[in-house]
Amino acid sequence: MAKDKKNYNPFKSLIWKSIFRTAVPTEKRGRMMQVLNNVFLHLHPVAVPKHSVKVKYTWCMGGLTFFVFLVLTVTGVLLMFYYRPTVENAYTDIIDLGETTPLGIMREIHRWGAHLMVITVWLHMFRVFMTGAYKPPREFNWAIGVILLVLTMLLSFTGYLLPWDQLAIWAITVGSNMAAATPLLGREGPGAALVSIGDINLVTPQSDAKFGLLGESEVRGMALLRFYVFHCVAFPLVAVVFMAVHFWRVRKDGGVSGPM
Amino acid sequence: MRESIQHFINTLSQPTISFLILFFLFFFIFPPNAWFHRINRKLGLEALWTVKGGIAIFASMTALLIFGGFDANFRSIILKPDNVPIILLLFGSIFFLWLSMHQAMQNDRRLRGDEPPEEWVKESDRKVLVWPDLVYIELIAMVLCMVLLLVWSIVLKAPLEEPADPSATPNPSKAPWYFLALQEMLVYFDPWLAGVVFPTLIIVGLMAIPYMDTDRSTSGFYSYEKRRTFISLFLFGWLVLWVYMIIVGTFLRGPGWNFFGPFERWDLHKVVALNNVNVSEIVYVKMLGQTLPDGILIREGPGILLILVYFLVIPPLLAKTSLKGFFNRMGSVKYSFFIFFCLTALSLPLKMLSRWFLNLKYFIATPWFNI
Ligand code: HEM
Repeated sequence: MAKDKKNYNPFKSLIWKSIFRTAVPTEKRGRMMQVLNNVFLHLHPVAVPKHSVKVKYTWCMGGLTFFVFLVLTVTGVLLMFYYRPTVENAYTDIIDLGETTPLGIMREIHRWGAHLMVITVWLHMFRVFMTGAYKPPREFNWAIGVILLVLTMLLSFTGYLLPWDQLAIWAITVGSNMAAATPLLGREGPGAALVSIGDINLVTPQSDAKFGLLGESEVRGMALLRFYVFHCVAFPLVAVVFMAVHFWRVRKDGGVSGPM
Repeated sequence: MRESIQHFINTLSQPTISFLILFFLFFFIFPPNAWFHRINRKLGLEALWTVKGGIAIFASMTALLIFGGFDANFRSIILKPDNVPIILLLFGSIFFLWLSMHQAMQNDRRLRGDEPPEEWVKESDRKVLVWPDLVYIELIAMVLCMVLLLVWSIVLKAPLEEPADPSATPNPSKAPWYFLALQEMLVYFDPWLAGVVFPTLIIVGLMAIPYMDTDRSTSGFYSYEKRRTFISLFLFGWLVLWVYMIIVGTFLRGPGWNFFGPFERWDLHKVVALNNVNVSEIVYVKMLGQTLPDGILIREGPGILLILVYFLVIPPLLAKTSLKGFFNRMGSVKYSFFIFFCLTALSLPLKMLSRWFLNLKYFIATPWFNI
């Protein structure tokens, strides 16, 4: 091989082919196989209508939301190596992240990425609305999208507590106070007194909706642990499942929408 | 000179004034029906969505930001690390609003001339291969997005305040910015409404949109005229009730959740006199000159009546009059849901207006719940 260096093409090499199953294709059939033979590219159809690849139409917002989600997953896993969700350690672990651990700007990427994802998901929804792409047969995929929207905001919200600084606990306190006001189920909500057996009131600071959210009656250590588990395990898993359904439905509903 | 401009902006940005201006201009800029559309055209407001209009919008937003940047107070609020995303949101939402309206206007023109929309591809089955036509666009988008994220992360350190201290409540305590529209609602509604009922209705209402607006002929391309009612109402919710409220909540609310103009120093001791009254007091004491009746049902009767009229009398009335065509197209079930969501969303601006102009506290005030 070394002899005819001029003709050596890494995209046709044994190693490349073993990984990607084909050389980099230049003709139509090969290009179709490229998509079919790759588990990630296989999220796509082989061919799509011309209008749907126009950046002017989709702004790539759905795709970018997914991309930012992936970036957050990678940086999030790295952060988990160094972060302990306890009242004693959380704050100092975050300081160490910036000063002594070899992670550089991972915390920054994760935090600003989280904000960015909230913005891109809003803009994606805005695009879908403005193109009327939610109309039949895509109405259920829009509903799945709304669930993804809520999950994105919940992911961001649960992550907000983890640095365990003043910003964190008071923002979460403000948020979780809303749960305390849930009608019937919150300690300060209307009708809470009605939920009782005889004289025993069932909705108390130890048993209401806010308690259910935090795992205790105020934002303390149990809430930190609970939000950590929601943030790192439960919500991402649920989000991945809904994203899978979302992408699958985009294809089943006939691909990205276009004029009839 | 600079001070008088700053003073002017401070005054203008008060929710009472800025919201009123927005509220009354909004439906002329985004007309929901033929009447508004005629005036919109007469005033030449469609020019906002031309390239020149877009440049003008962005130039003025940037100019305002730069002008504000000279003021230390303004700078400190804007550049607070967690507030930077809101600048991105503001510019992003206005840019994409412009981009979608720009394309919608072009398509409206084409549709009026019996041409297919811009997105239409001649041989409609002409497809392009994902590899490479889509994959390379995705690659470029990912690279640009990563560059943005990297630059942002290098320039701006993630904030970390003092360690959590449950006994030291900061004033003001704010939720994360993407929830601030809800927190801002707390000024006008009790927590069970602003924090629980309204968010639930927002989620349900969003999910319900495709089941109420089912006209497939306007799906899959940007357009305005044929969809104006739905687009106008959706934009009102998104731009005014969500983005605008977030901006007020983040930038213009200081200690005690009092209003502070963008160039006003946050004064911990600012006291705003609150002498709000309920509907019952307005009716019985102010209008009839009596004392409040003892029976709670009689006392709250006027408020209960108002709310019943709002939700039960107005919808059929509209269906018979100005929304007649709409009602006939949608049928009674879809129409009822549609009007319920609209009226609920409108209850926020109505409550805001009655708070400012009538000092209204509650429509219905009971020991168990207030509305
Ligand atoms: C985590 C959040 C989300 C991800 C990763 C995501 C991803 C995507 C992607 C990649 C597409 C393909 C077309 C495009 O990029 O525009 C898409 C389409 C779509 N999305 Fe989402 N999405 C999310 C949230 C939402 C939300 C919040 C909504 C609406 C409430 C929504 C509704 C839709 C609909 C209706 C389509 C089909 C559009 C069409 O056919 O033109 N999605 N989504």
